[in-house]
Formats: sequence, structure tokens, C-alpha cells
Amino acid sequence: MNNNDIVLRVEDVHKSFGDNEVLRGVSFDVRRGETKVFIGPSGTGKSTLLRCINQLTPPDRGRVWLDGEEVTNSGARINYFRQKIGMVFQNFFLFDHLTALKNVELALLRVRGMGRAEAHEKALTELRQVGIEDWADHYPAELSGGQAQRVSIARALAMDPDVILFDEPTSALDPELTREVLEVMKRLAQQGMTMLVVTHEMGFACSVANEILFMEHGLVAEQGSPDLLLHDPRFTRMKDFIGRIDSRMED
Amino acid sequence: MDQSVFIFEILLPALMQGLVVTLQLIACSAPFGLALGIGVAVGRQYGGRFVSSVCKTFVFLIKGTPLLLLLFILYFGLPAIGITFSAFVASVVGFILCNGAYNAEYIRGALMSVKDGQMVAAQALGMTRWQAIRSVILPQALRRAIPGLSNEFIYLIKYSSLAYMLTVIELSGAGKLVATKYFLYTESFAIVGIVYLVLVTITTAAVNILESRVAVPGTTRAATAAQL
Amino acid sequence: MDVLLILIDWFPYLLSGVAATLGLVLSGLVLGLLLGLPMALGQVYGSRPVRWVVGVYVWFFRGLPILVLLFLFWFGIFPGLGLGNLSAFVVGAVVLGLRGAAYQSQIFRGAIQSVGEGQMIAARSLGMSRLTAIRSVILPQAMRIALPGWSNEYPNILTDSAVCYAIGVVELLTITSRIVTQTHITMPIYFAAAGIFIILNYGGLKVLHRLEKRIAIPGFGTGAM
Repeated sequence: MNNNDIVLRVEDVHKSFGDNEVLRGVSFDVRRGETKVFIGPSGTGKSTLLRCINQLTPPDRGRVWLDGEEVTNSGARINYFRQKIGMVFQNFFLFDHLTALKNVELALLRVRGMGRAEAHEKALTELRQVGIEDWADHYPAELSGGQAQRVSIARALAMDPDVILFDEPTSALDPELTREVLEVMKRLAQQGMTMLVVTHEMGFACSVANEILFMEHGLVAEQGSPDLLLHDPRFTRMKDFIGRIDSRMED
Repeated sequence: MDQSVFIFEILLPALMQGLVVTLQLIACSAPFGLALGIGVAVGRQYGGRFVSSVCKTFVFLIKGTPLLLLLFILYFGLPAIGITFSAFVASVVGFILCNGAYNAEYIRGALMSVKDGQMVAAQALGMTRWQAIRSVILPQALRRAIPGLSNEFIYLIKYSSLAYMLTVIELSGAGKLVATKYFLYTESFAIVGIVYLVLVTITTAAVNILESRVAVPGTTRAATAAQL
Repeated sequence: MDVLLILIDWFPYLLSGVAATLGLVLSGLVLGLLLGLPMALGQVYGSRPVRWVVGVYVWFFRGLPILVLLFLFWFGIFPGLGLGNLSAFVVGAVVLGLRGAAYQSQIFRGAIQSVGEGQMIAARSLGMSRLTAIRSVILPQAMRIALPGWSNEYPNILTDSAVCYAIGVVELLTITSRIVTQTHITMPIYFAAAGIFIILNYGGLKVLHRLEKRIAIPGFGTGAM
């Protein structure tokens, strides 16, 4: 594998909250244009892992590299890395006092130091990209969950990130709205965006992921292409987990 | 003169006499202020159109007028139309009116927060409207109004100092007299301030205990502007 | 009606007190804002000593009667600092501002704390520094949340401003008393003054409430406090 292809490297990341050891040494490489999906029972550190990558939660141990530069222990330069590592949250976290357009503009103006006109253009382009330019002048409270989540994707895209972290982006949405968000994510993946996605949407994982990482108890338990994990008899733990979900759904 | 001699042998004894007057002012005002507040709130909420608008106007006027002006009206103004109060009585009347008007607002808010079903249920048991208000609505409302009423009580402690402007020698007045006589202003007023802080802090603690005592399990505390 | 004529005669003088009263109130509000907002930020985001200092300040200035504060600063602290030449008006305005800061800081603190944690997380995830996030995400929301509570400070300061009479500030109540002394007409003058205070009080509140409506954002909870 050509080392230049690796855009993000996560190396032996550990994190504890008090006595609770949430991450117990997680490592993986992400190639440019790749979509990695993280699956696993809740409380196994998937969301914490994403937050350790952009240092919203600094890891106790281990290192993270973006394009060959160390993200961990980067001091004030972390604000530069965070522009390059976009993040989309379960509850959107749109800025409640700003319209959809201004939500996308804000960091362009205040972080990238762009001019007003340029930021405006760029924000509109990103909103168009996620199919929501008609709602540009609406406030978050006036948007459906699906619309809000698409705005938050546009907000992350506007920073021209090398990679976007999706932290259960559809868990707060109805099935109907889930679909519209997954569509957008699928298109991004096809366009070559590098993405790390924590989700419970197996359909999405199987059709879009280049690789699935099945996490359990703070560790990556199984790792491979969707096809491999689902059909190779050597891998059983993820299949067990999916079985448990399915039987619960049938109840 | 030695500072400690001044503080312990001159200032503090004078302040203690003033404190007694301050406590008398509060003791004479607070119960009537509460009663007035309840009366005005109930009148405003459940009275007929006339009573309701009288109560509303009362609150409007009192809240709109600075307390010090109200005290001047009571003490310097009323004699012109043949009503003369002593300075102490004028102060107490002013405090009752002011305290009552603000209390009424908190109690009315609490009355409105009691669910309609409570009145319906009480009347379904054969209570008259008045009985229902007295034995079902008010006991609930007053509990919810406690945080607001305690705020007002603490305000009363502080604005009782305005009685000095009508020549009542209460705590601040006593401090002022000593300060002027000995030209020791900063020390005197700082210690007067400390006495007020002690009063306010003790009251706050007492109010917290009271609140937990009268709390009814499962009923939420009405949100009030959290300003002491 | 002699009384009415006298009242009309003196009315312009009475109105001249309004300027001083409004001056006291506005400087109290503005000074309170300028001091209270950083204090609130210090109490939410500051280190332990900063939070402690602000806490003590608030406890002190909210616990003392305005009359005692005025006496303390007018007779004691300012002359003690060699500032005995300051006019009563300036001292009154400063004391109202210092006291206003204590109250306002608590309004702002509550507002800042009521902004959801996710707002800060989202801002930081976009690469904003903590300071930028506070300035462009947290404060614009907090200020809107705080405004209704902040508006209610206006009548409080207006009421307190009348106590500046006690240190000789020539404001509305002082002028009222002077007219009463000179004309020996008491009740009509007092009522006229009360009327002016009432108009200032509710008129000012109306202006502030209009401002609240103007900066309201759909679905964004004003009136929460």
C-alpha cells in the first residue's frame, strides 16, 4: 500500500472516563476517498473514538496523524486540524441563532477569514450540494431533522475537510428523514470524500463502506470489507450482533 | 482613638440599638405585606371586574413609584390633608404597600400555575368557590410562591434602611450618626454593611430550610427569576 | 385653581430632574453591562480564583442596601481614595453601575449556562478557538436569552436612582422635595413626580420589550428567563 494514500492514521488510542475504560487501544489507517463504518453495541467507545480523532476529547494515550502531521499534542494548531477534520453530530448542533446559510458561513468568516461575498457564495454552493439551498434563510427551529442534518453536513463540507467524521448522523431521525440524509452521505462517498461513520444503519454500511470496523468493549473486534464480515465463516461476532438487533426488531 | 475601641465600644453598641429598630420595622411590615399580597393577588385573579382592576391598578402604581417617594408622600405629604403618621408608622405603611405589591405578583403567578382541574375537583366535592380558593388553590400556590416571596423578604431587609430618610434611627441611621460624629465613614458603613450581609445570609439559609420543609413530594417548584 | 397654576409654573423645573434621573439610570445600566458581562464570563469560564472573586463581589453588592452602598462610597471610599472631588452624580452613577453589575452578571451567567453544550462543541469542531466560539456563537445566543431578564433591571435601577437623593444628587426626587419646600404644595407635586416616575418606568419597559421583539429569532426561546 502506498503510504501517500493514507490521509488519517490512528495509533493505539486509549481513553478512560474515571474507572471506565472506553477505548483500549484502537489503531487503523484511512486511505483518501475511503469510507469506513464503525458498528457495534452502544457504549463501546465509537463516538468517543471520533471525538479523540479531532481532540474534542483528548485521548489518554496514542496518536492521531492527518496527512503526516501529528494532530495529538498539536497545541493551538488543533484549530487548523479541526478545519480539516469535519464533524457531523447526532443532534446536529446547528447554531440556533443563525439561518442555515449563516450556519455555513460563520466558520468561513471567523476561522478561514474569508470575505463576505466569497463566504456567501461558498455557503450557497455547499447548501446546493446537499440539496437544501431553498431553505437557506430559515432558522434551525424551522427545519426538519433531516434538513437540519443536511445543513450541518454542508457546514462541515464548507471547510474543505480532508475527512468528515459522522457521529450517528441519523440516530435522531425518523426513517423517512434518515433516508434523505443517507442519500446525501452516499453521494459524498461516491464523489470521493473520505468519511468515518458511526452508525447502526447496516444497509448503508454494506452498500457504501469500503471497510467495516466492528467494535466491542473499546477494541476493534473484527475488521474487513462488508462482504468478508458478513459471509466469511471465520467472522462471527458482528453477525451475532446483527442477529441480536434483528431479533429485537422482530419482537 | 484605637480602632478596636471605636468599633467595639462605640460603633457596635449603637448599631445593635439600630438593629433592634430594623428588626421591629421588618417584623411589623412582613406579615401585613404577605397578607396584602395574598389579598391583592386573589382579588386580581378571582375578584369581579371592579375588584380585579383595583388590585391591578394598585400593583401598577406601587411598582411604578420609587419606594423613597412613596415614603415621602406618606410622611411629608399626608399631613397636608390631615393625616399624620409618626416616622416609624409611615415607614411601616410604605414597606407594607411596597412589599404587598411585589408579593402579589409572585402569588398571582403561582395562582395561575395551579391547574384548572384543582378548582373543578374542589367544586365537584361541593366546595364553594371561596372555600376552594382557600383550602385547595392557595395552599398549593403559596408553596410555589415561596422562592419569590423570600426574595421580596430579603429586599425588605435591605430597603428597610430607607426609613432613615424619614428620620427613623434604624441600623443605617445609627451607623450614619456615629460615622458623622467621629468622621470614620468607611469603617462605620463597612460594618453596617457587614451586619446587613449577616442578616441577608442568615435569612437566605433559613429560607432554603423552609423551602425543603414545606415541599410537597412530586410537585415542581415554580421557576422564578433567580435573583436574590 | 392656584395650585394648578403653580404646578404648571414649576413643571419645567420638575422635568429638568428627569434628565439627571435618566442619566443615573443609563450610566448604571451601561456600566453594569460593561462590568457584568465580563464578570459572568469569568464566573462561567474562569479559573477557580476568578470565580471566587466574582462570587464575593456579587454577594457583597447584592447583600447591602443601596443606601448603605451610597453612604459607604460617597462619605468613605471615594474620599479615602483621594476622589473627594467627584460630584454626587458621578458617585451615584458609579454605585448604581457597580451594584447593577452584580445583578446583571447573574442574569448573563444564567443565560450563558443555558446555551446548549453542543453549540460550543460544534463551534470547536469547525476549528474555532474558544474565544471565537464564545464571541460568535455563545454570546449572541446568551444575550438574546438574557434580554428579558435584563429589561427587568431597568425598573430596579430607576427605583434605586431615587435613593441617590440621600447623597445630594440633584435628580427628580431631590427637585421634587425642593419644590415642595418652596411652594408648600405637597400632594400635587408628589403626585406629579410619581406620575413622571411611572411614565419613565413603564415607558422604558415598553421600549425594551419592543427591542426584544425586534431581535427575536423564530423558534429561539426568548422569555425563557
